[in-house]
Amino acid sequence: MEILFVLIPIAIVLLGFAIWAFFWSVNTGQFDDLESPAHSILFDDDDDLIPDDAKQGKAHSSRD
Amino acid sequence: MSSSLNSQHSLVTCFHCGQDVPKGVQFTANIKGTEQPMCCPGCKAVAETIVSSGLEHYYKYRQGDSMFTPDLSGTELPSTVQDELKLYDNASIQQNFVVSLEDDIKEATLVIEGITCAACVWLLEHHLVKQAGIEQASVNLTNHRARIRWHDSEITLSSIMAAIYHIGYQGHPYHPDKEEQLLELEKKRSFRRLGIAGLGMMQVMMMSIALYAGALQGIEEKFEIFIRWTSLFITTPILLYSARPFFTAALRDIKAHHLSMDVPVSIAIGGAYLASAWATYTQSGEVYFDSVTMFTFFLLIGRYLEMQARHRTGRAGNALLNLIPASAIKLVDGQEILIPASDLNTGDIVLVKPGHTLPADGIIVAGYSSVDESALTGEYLPINKTINDHVVGGTINVESPLQLKITEVGAATKLSAIVRLLDRAQEEKPAVAKTADKVASYFVAAVLLTAIVVSLIWWQIDPKNAFWITLSVLVVTCPCALSLATPTALTAATGTLRQHGLLITRGHVLESLATATHIVFDKTGTLTEGNLSLKSTHLCSNIDAQTALEIAAALEAHSEHPIAKAFRKYQRQAADSLNVELGQGLEGNVDNTVYRIGKPEFASALCQQQLAYSDAPDHNGQWLLLCNAQTPLAWFCLNDQIRKGTQQTLAILKRLGLNVQMLTGDNSAAVQEVAAELNMDQVIANTSPEEKLAYIQKLQSKGAKVVMIGDGINDIPVLAGAQTSIAMGSATDLAKTNADAVLISSDIERLADAILLSRKTQFVIRQNLSWALLYNLIALPLAAMGFIAPYMAAIGMSVSSLIVVGNALRLTKLVRRNPVK
Repeated sequence: MEILFVLIPIAIVLLGFAIWAFFWSVNTGQFDDLESPAHSILFDDDDDLIPDDAKQGKAHSSRD
Repeated sequence: MSSSLNSQHSLVTCFHCGQDVPKGVQFTANIKGTEQPMCCPGCKAVAETIVSSGLEHYYKYRQGDSMFTPDLSGTELPSTVQDELKLYDNASIQQNFVVSLEDDIKEATLVIEGITCAACVWLLEHHLVKQAGIEQASVNLTNHRARIRWHDSEITLSSIMAAIYHIGYQGHPYHPDKEEQLLELEKKRSFRRLGIAGLGMMQVMMMSIALYAGALQGIEEKFEIFIRWTSLFITTPILLYSARPFFTAALRDIKAHHLSMDVPVSIAIGGAYLASAWATYTQSGEVYFDSVTMFTFFLLIGRYLEMQARHRTGRAGNALLNLIPASAIKLVDGQEILIPASDLNTGDIVLVKPGHTLPADGIIVAGYSSVDESALTGEYLPINKTINDHVVGGTINVESPLQLKITEVGAATKLSAIVRLLDRAQEEKPAVAKTADKVASYFVAAVLLTAIVVSLIWWQIDPKNAFWITLSVLVVTCPCALSLATPTALTAATGTLRQHGLLITRGHVLESLATATHIVFDKTGTLTEGNLSLKSTHLCSNIDAQTALEIAAALEAHSEHPIAKAFRKYQRQAADSLNVELGQGLEGNVDNTVYRIGKPEFASALCQQQLAYSDAPDHNGQWLLLCNAQTPLAWFCLNDQIRKGTQQTLAILKRLGLNVQMLTGDNSAAVQEVAAELNMDQVIANTSPEEKLAYIQKLQSKGAKVVMIGDGINDIPVLAGAQTSIAMGSATDLAKTNADAVLISSDIERLADAILLSRKTQFVIRQNLSWALLYNLIALPLAAMGFIAPYMAAIGMSVSSLIVVGNALRLTKLVRRNPVK
């Protein structure tokens, strides 16, 4: 079980890395807005990227 | 021959803003191939801008309707708006909030008005990025701020703000005051503290499992020592960084000779850490690193949630922004010059056009108009002002142009004086003693005394074990259950009330609501809706109600007066050759017939009759008369409606033993009317903000515990001075930031729920505290006699904590209120 003397320090180094990443993300404002990114991923604005013949439901594309 | 009209407005709603489309209005916009109805040219222009930039997906994803309709009648912005936006290109104004990043690139933060959902954010970001010269635009849904980075040589700030205006939002520069910058820093710091405590806790917990397993089935000593040292290594930063607020608060309280909850928390965390560190160093005894980290983490979560609720309502730095306009028209030798309002000096002459906000306090030197002072006094009807009258910055000029000589600017203005009054009121606010803190101070004293006694006794019996037994006394009595007893109950009750539309932003509210004796309401905007609406129509010739209303609406079509708004939904056309008689009424031509609407004396003069208020069908509310050249046509009764459910709520509040009062700045007949209808215990009318505060303080000096509910700027000092203050959801930002709770739903019935739930919360807290004390009373003697092993202490602690949490969960439902017959 002497391997513990290696593995635990490695865990602490990883912890240090996690803390560094956490500080970085707080300081650069990654946690400032926790609401809108969850929604914005659902807004398809890729209409022009979809080939015309692959579009679905073109006939009733207006607001339901 | 009287008939009262129910709401007869059309069912067509504007596709963009969701408001009713007035009858006869024919605006449409083509959205994804369908012609959609629009209520006004402004909405049409916005919708067309959105569609033409290819962002019509906005309509698919938005939730709720747009709040703000710009004053647009085509693709061009109105010249007043354009001029005002141009001011922001001024380098001296930009230096407050624009940062130059590289030679050409600038960055600014704007507060955007009108954001309601995530689709708004999407629309704003995409629309802005499509403008040539904008490099980056990110909009924050939580605090409604946009960070925009642009090339100054390609686009000006004023055109960026114009682009925002074009899609139906308004941008204001964001320059936070010191206090708000500190809040921001504080928020980030406590989130970092929470993160460190969380990450560290997981690691230490892992190590502790190994140690627990080792204690049961044996562990080689070298591993145990190594694991203890690593736990110590990880716990140290948690103690020094994450748990620091507890220690500073405890030190502050001890200096103030006052034992608060922070003291036992600090003793528990600090004591357990030091003892564990000593045990690690001397390779003896027990370590409690897991308890230290877990305890820190859980307590930090509670504090973080409370802080977040407090910040949610607060946009303090911009609270005054909506009240004082950014620009003013200064008259120099008869020339109109647009200057930033902050550059005004006393003695300047400024021109204020109808519909504009007064930039500072002053005296009228030319013109005659009425001024809407609702923001300051809560009175919704404009007040007539003429030469030599004093007017106050932040109020709105309603009818005709005014020239002011500025008498006070900046900190000397009445608005600033109210804000200062607020600061004073907050300092003098009576402290609400928290039960938990009271219990805590006795408890801490008892625990410390017991610990000293135990250690002295054991020192005589067995000096070697004295330290460890004393420690186990401290850990067993570790105020886990005690310190969880109150926060869990408060968190559960706060969450329940938030779901039902009452946002609590200060920790003491649930306690002070439960003990309240007096509940004091503002009138306008709190008990009433705060705007005029048509109550009844009384016909006095052979004309039908619909026609009468349409004629009235046509006459009022161009008026900014609150009376006009009550008629807006009946509007089909506008009158021509309109003549405004200030403070009297309107005369105009509809379908080639001359009509007058307004005060009975004024209107009846047209048909050579002399009618007065005494001729109105009854004497409740405000009556307007409509006449043509031959005869009086109809009386309209306008009134400020009492909010739905108010009567019922006040009856329940009274039955709960509260003294219900009304405190208002209003001095009209409406005060007594509302008071009579709602059966108030006491009514104080015609009070200034200072008098309101003084009244509350007088009540408090007699031992009353006051809950104040209000909405306007004039209510702010009294809100700050009451033990508990609640702002309506429609209140000004400044009122909301300074209130202890915000009635988001504006549903006044929630007040009764809140009082009931707060009383139940106190009951649950008392149960929890009794349980925690009982547990300690049983465990303490056992620990003092040396019978308690660490793992037993751990199990006992968890079970008692679980019981406390389970009990608190009973508060996740509202208490049923029995209707009053």
